[in-house]
Amino acid sequence: MEFLNAIVALANYVLIPGIAYGSQLALGALGVTLVYGILRFSNFAHGDTMAFGTMIVILLTWALQSTGFNLGPLPTALVALPLGILGCILLVLLTDRLVYRFYREQKAKPVILVIVSMGVMFVMNGIVRFIIGPDDQSFADGERFIISARDFKTLTGLEEGLGIRTTQLITVVTAIVVVALLFWFLNKTRAGKSMRAYSDNEDLALLSGINPERVVMITWIIVAALATIAGTLYGLDKSFKPFTYFQLLLPIFASAVVGGIGNPLGAIAGGFVIAFSEVTITYAWKKVLGYLMPESLEPSGLVQLMSTDYKFAVSFVILLIVLLFKPTGLFKGQSTT
Amino acid sequence: MSDTLRNTLLFALVFGLIIVSGFFQGWNNAMFILNMGLISAIMSLGVNLQWGFAGLFNVGVMGFVALGGLAAVLIGMPATPGAFGAGGWGVIGALVLGVATILAAVLAYRGMSPGRARSLAIMAILIFGFFVFRGLLDPSVEAIEAVNPAATGYLGGLNPGTDETYRDNGWIMLIAWPVGGLFAAGAAWLIGKAALGLRSDYLAIATLGIAEIIIAMLKNEDWLTRGVKNVVGIPRPVPYELDLQNSAAFVDRAASLGFDPVEGSTIFVKILYALLFAAVLLIIFWLSHRALHSPWGRMLRAIRDNEVAAEAMGKDVTKRHLQVFILGSAVCGIAGAMMTTLDSQLTPGTYQPLRFTFLIWVMVIVGGSGNNLGAILGGFLIWFLWVQVEPIGLFLMDIITAGMAEDSPLKAHLIESAAQMRLMTMGLIMILVLRFSPRGLIPEK
Repeated sequence: MEFLNAIVALANYVLIPGIAYGSQLALGALGVTLVYGILRFSNFAHGDTMAFGTMIVILLTWALQSTGFNLGPLPTALVALPLGILGCILLVLLTDRLVYRFYREQKAKPVILVIVSMGVMFVMNGIVRFIIGPDDQSFADGERFIISARDFKTLTGLEEGLGIRTTQLITVVTAIVVVALLFWFLNKTRAGKSMRAYSDNEDLALLSGINPERVVMITWIIVAALATIAGTLYGLDKSFKPFTYFQLLLPIFASAVVGGIGNPLGAIAGGFVIAFSEVTITYAWKKVLGYLMPESLEPSGLVQLMSTDYKFAVSFVILLIVLLFKPTGLFKGQSTT
Repeated sequence: MSDTLRNTLLFALVFGLIIVSGFFQGWNNAMFILNMGLISAIMSLGVNLQWGFAGLFNVGVMGFVALGGLAAVLIGMPATPGAFGAGGWGVIGALVLGVATILAAVLAYRGMSPGRARSLAIMAILIFGFFVFRGLLDPSVEAIEAVNPAATGYLGGLNPGTDETYRDNGWIMLIAWPVGGLFAAGAAWLIGKAALGLRSDYLAIATLGIAEIIIAMLKNEDWLTRGVKNVVGIPRPVPYELDLQNSAAFVDRAASLGFDPVEGSTIFVKILYALLFAAVLLIIFWLSHRALHSPWGRMLRAIRDNEVAAEAMGKDVTKRHLQVFILGSAVCGIAGAMMTTLDSQLTPGTYQPLRFTFLIWVMVIVGGSGNNLGAILGGFLIWFLWVQVEPIGLFLMDIITAGMAEDSPLKAHLIESAAQMRLMTMGLIMILVLRFSPRGLIPEK
């Protein structure tokens, strides 16, 4: 019994939130890694691209909600998502046309593109704050829990409850579908293959007749879709606030780098590594240990390695360790020197 | 038009703008813009040292500025009576232990041959060290934070005065400024050691991370900084307005110049600040000007322009990068300490990357990277715009919405959102300058 309780507590506070957060980070990191692989720069505007796509989804959700439309147990945002993706694609393609393309033609150094993306970040951040304001916005509706902690307790007779939020399940399912689609696209379709070829060796790809502008366009479309999905999932699961999305940049970068930047598989692995490190290091283990240890050895403190405010520190430290010992990341990414 | 004339005109234009704002918005406000402009100019000199001279991409400016602010507290505030006795030695012991743990891990890493034994040994050292560190730190921290938590609850600083008299030692802030530089230099050394050998994007991500960690520490390590409870009443190296207003000599002098004593005293204090800041700015400008035109500066630029060639000539690229990274960060730290002195409070919650990192970058880019004068001009100009975009945005929105009905929700939303125009404007300026005038207003020679 004690052991089961410990497992349930662990699942409730560590595994489930970690998997949901990891999926969100993985989707974000996939976007960053694709931009890095194809356009060869770290896109500082990615967090704000996520915020922009999510903002469109939120506005459409509100509009749908005001007409009385709903999906029953599912959040209305899922209906608004495709249109949100479309809006984000338009913005990103426009940005590429107006801003990035010039530097591509100039063959500017990557670091110039990074600085340019800082400017884009400012503008996108400004647009989002201008339209929806800097405050927290709620747009989640539908059923809140698949199973609530109380139901779980009465069902199993255990002392510990296990709550699974609907948004957590949706996050994981959507992430699996999206990742499967992406890998199918990259590995099986012509466009996907040309993207990989372009990422591996630009000159060779150009020689074999791949149209770089088309590759770049497809990349941006995928990146915008991933960003909007990641942002919407994060917003449904936690909350939407423009500043939070800007702050997500650090764990997302960390995920991409830890996995091996430029490597899509690495981005997913990195997302989960970062998410689980953040959750386990900032979680108070007292409860789980209390179930597992004999009463005399039960910990008196919270057994929390670090306060939750240091979650950025966790992603950063892991990032540094990986950079120091394995500069190309866990999965072989592009060179870091 | 000669360069000198052009530059003089540009500077005259910026100071003209500040003076015009003085006529319209009051001199107090204009002096505020000038003072923060001086500090911004110093920060952008620091970033210019890194980016303009050496091509190092540092997006952790905020962290170094905040460390300067920490120095202002640790030097300027009086020690909290009893706090050090309660847990000071415990905290110091814990920190020493923490450093010793890391050193032991590094020694083990260097001393043992690679393999599973080494990994396990390092893990064991780190985990054991961490728990001993926390075991010693936590009770001491609790003891310190328990000392009069409403008013202090932190160790305080090195000011020799007591709670009543520490404000008389305002001169001590002049020491806090270089100490802020030292703090930032220390952090820069750590981060530089770890990340400078990597591609420039990675230095950016690493600095972005360290800035967030420094802010998280400032917000949460209450024993050191009072956290989000903020430290207020940091002493100042200039007289207080109230003292001036109570001094008969000052009131007479103000009256003879036609000033109201209240307004006169605030402006007088700000002028004194401006003089101090200008002195620091001139010293740092002179030093970086000399550095740029020394063999060292030429070597840095050679490395920046062609790293491979410079390395082939026998230049130690990583070492030079580390040097200039530390120097530039130190300059940001000095500016951070000055800013906290001007505010006379440390409010960790207000440090935001958009304001203290990316805005400084806009200053450097717009002013002209690689040119010290350009960085200074950018600092003043962009700071002026940052302050003025909000009223201008509001004014624009008032005009745009003039035709709408009074109760229109769109009108209310537009006017309310005018404050958010700042970020967009700064981003647009940055993108446009990078596109059409990538060398900035005063290009590198």
